[in-house]
Amino acid sequence: MATLTKQQIGTVLAKQGILIAFAVFMVAFTLANSKFISVDNLFSVVRSSAILGVMALGVTFVVISGNLDLSVGSMMSFSTIVVLDLHDQIGPALAIPAMFAMTLSLGAFIGFLVGYLRLNSLIVTLGMLSAIHGLTLTYSGGQNMDIADKEGTWFSVFGQGSALGIPVPILIFVALAALLGVVLAKTPFGRKVYAVGGNGTAATFSGIRRARTVFACYIISAFCVATAGLIQASRSLGSQNTVGQGLELEVLAAVILGGASLLGGSGTIFKTVIGVLILGFIQNGLLLIGLQFYVQFVVTWVIIILAVWLDIAAKRGKLLSSIA
Amino acid sequence: MTDPVLHLDDIVKTFPGVRALDGVSFSVMPGEVHALMGENGAGKSTLMKVLGGIYQPDGGSIHVGKEQVTMSGPLEAKAKGIVFIHQELSLAEELSVAENIYLGELPRKSFGRVDWRKLSDQTNTILQKLNVGFDATTRVGDLSIANQQMVEIARALTVDAKAVIFDEPTASLTDAEKVVLFDVISDLQKEGVGIIYISHRMEEIFKITDRISILRDGQYQGTVNTAETNEEAVTQMMIGRKLDLSRNETHHELGDVALEVRGLSCGKLYQDISFEVRRGEVVGFYGLVGAGRTEIAETLFGLRDPSAGQILLDGEEVRITSPNDAIARGISLVPEDRKGQGLVLGMNCRDNMTLPQVQDLTSGPFVAEGAEVAIFDQYRDRLDIRTPGWKQLVGNLSGGNQQKIVIGKWLSMHPNVLIVDEPTRGIDVGSKSEIHKLLRELAAQGYAVMVISSEMPEVLHVADRIVAMYSGRIMRTFTSDEVTEDSLIQAISGLGGHEAA
Ligand SMILES: Nc1ncnc2c1ncn2[C@@H]1O[C@H](COP(=O)(O)OP(=O)(O)OP(=O)(O)O)[C@@H](O)[C@H]1O
Ligand SMILES: [Mg+2]
Repeated sequence: MATLTKQQIGTVLAKQGILIAFAVFMVAFTLANSKFISVDNLFSVVRSSAILGVMALGVTFVVISGNLDLSVGSMMSFSTIVVLDLHDQIGPALAIPAMFAMTLSLGAFIGFLVGYLRLNSLIVTLGMLSAIHGLTLTYSGGQNMDIADKEGTWFSVFGQGSALGIPVPILIFVALAALLGVVLAKTPFGRKVYAVGGNGTAATFSGIRRARTVFACYIISAFCVATAGLIQASRSLGSQNTVGQGLELEVLAAVILGGASLLGGSGTIFKTVIGVLILGFIQNGLLLIGLQFYVQFVVTWVIIILAVWLDIAAKRGKLLSSIA
Repeated sequence: MTDPVLHLDDIVKTFPGVRALDGVSFSVMPGEVHALMGENGAGKSTLMKVLGGIYQPDGGSIHVGKEQVTMSGPLEAKAKGIVFIHQELSLAEELSVAENIYLGELPRKSFGRVDWRKLSDQTNTILQKLNVGFDATTRVGDLSIANQQMVEIARALTVDAKAVIFDEPTASLTDAEKVVLFDVISDLQKEGVGIIYISHRMEEIFKITDRISILRDGQYQGTVNTAETNEEAVTQMMIGRKLDLSRNETHHELGDVALEVRGLSCGKLYQDISFEVRRGEVVGFYGLVGAGRTEIAETLFGLRDPSAGQILLDGEEVRITSPNDAIARGISLVPEDRKGQGLVLGMNCRDNMTLPQVQDLTSGPFVAEGAEVAIFDQYRDRLDIRTPGWKQLVGNLSGGNQQKIVIGKWLSMHPNVLIVDEPTRGIDVGSKSEIHKLLRELAAQGYAVMVISSEMPEVLHVADRIVAMYSGRIMRTFTSDEVTEDSLIQAISGLGGHEAA
């Protein structure tokens, strides 16, 4: 058929909505500011998205397993503050593993509550968001944390270094994405994560230990948060208690933009990476066309809601429908 | 001659890789019960979804009365007097029975307040007609699947229907509930409502329908008058061959006792259960829904803790603590509820089938996808699963083909003890007899097989021995030579059964 019917256009729009919306944004930004599409700018988008991206990788596991993790933002602040503080006390070589151990224990605690005690993940991680924030403040005594000798430490390599001309944060992001992408797509564990999120009862009836699988997802998420905290600390070598504030929502936005369903059971690491980039480009584009930084908060949420709508529309093949 | 209440003309519907309906025409007269039959995946449910506006057809037209219509969705269909009782239940578990029945059209008082009294009166009147053991205020989530089905049926009685479509309504009903359902159908019939009745159960079809239309691979095969045909002819039209529907008369060489249960109890669910299953033997568990059979199976699969008694596998006492544990000991359970317990609907066919063994199907740290595909292909062929390929999401398969995926999933585990709970629910006659044959074959290969079923022909057909249960207790155990339908019915109703092992 040469001409598309209205219904067919609706279907195409619904199915490819996110990519179409993205393309429209890109074109609009490029028209508004020709710097937008330059190589330098593209590079800077990826670099500034690395921290968010690393966290989104872990949250992808949690979301696919059918749960949420809203604690990643404040957990990232915690990691950053802890590693900066320990850096001067016991030296970077010990500070890094110590920080990872502490962050992983927080992840284990959440994993225990959600996985083994079967508490609602929204409530648990929302509670942890605030509890960990309090923990960070207690730890730091409310002070900002700074490394004394900013020039003389090799610790800055994770955030500021580069290898083969590529910034280390990007290398970490890419390497972790590749690793976790393979884990999720190719290993028995990855398969179990999908099964548990898709239908937990059926997974149990198939001999999958549901609690253990959920627990592992939160450990992975905490690991990613610790890595993000490391990059953050190393980049600035000093930090406020609230560096990660609000990141939990941006991370979630990226994961959903990538197409993971909040109901669990679907999504991939590759799609999450796309989601991270889309979010990064849009935020960068908004800055380039001269909008206030704060406008991002509004726009991010508009985008999330749009993404959720288009996601549902794609499932039913129509933009508007009275039936699910 | 009167005009049809409903007429479908040359309907075409395709999904990626599947031509689900290929020019199907079909009409229903007022006051007629019209059966729609066909194998799993023949397109019956799809045809009804097209009629209900859930899918838009790629070609063809729908007429209600004399008027040609385009159905935009279930609400419009309902407004035009077409009511559906779908194969898959669609109830809100958290709401009460009354709210579910009148969802979207609750009776109102002033200021839009719900008129609860009127709501529950209206509902109870309908429930009385259906003769069910619950009332308007019961929470739907607390009802058994069978009773939820009754709620779904009650919904159909609230409107002034021109045509009512039943898609496998009896798949989870007990015999008593079926009688009620058939009464309801004949009442509707007297009021001049046209009825489309989809089922794989021949006895029902011949009992209540006037005409039978048959689909095969999405193509219309013809319509016959029920009075002028017989099971064999219909089966022939559906699957193109004849079936063996006899009782089980073969016995295999029996091996050692694979599973023994002594004095097993689990609170109020069942008490003092003792039986054994030998290798090479199929033991049927027959009883009414609620007799405790599923709970025994769940205990053996590590999902429930028994309160007393022993379980012995190959003569050794064991404690089975989890499904994982049960699987490691060579027990497989094909569960009762394929959507809730058997399948991850959003996952593809292959991944569903290999889920219980994915941990062991590896090469290096990775899942060996080649080996998975091989397993899938093997059981697809063996069970005749109709799907365009392993990548298809299980949720897109027809009901019967989904059931076959669950069966394949557990057969591929090569268990010592295979427990199947209502294995042929929603499966067409052809595949049903294939599955029965398969269960017999598995026993012959040395598996110990437990078959839980509410269908008498099924237990009679596959079992070497039949355990009759009533309200959590074993009433009697029959060998296949001594069992008669009457004695079996007596035993499961709690009448005159003698405790005999
Ligand atoms: N949403 C969908 N996407 C892709 N294929 C589908 C979809 N729905 C149905 N099909 C395919 O269409 C065919 C007909 O399915 P349908 O559910 O109508 O069968 P059925 O006759 O009702 O079978 P059963 O007796 O098993 O319920 C099947 O091959 C099925 O896999
Ligand atoms: Mg069907």
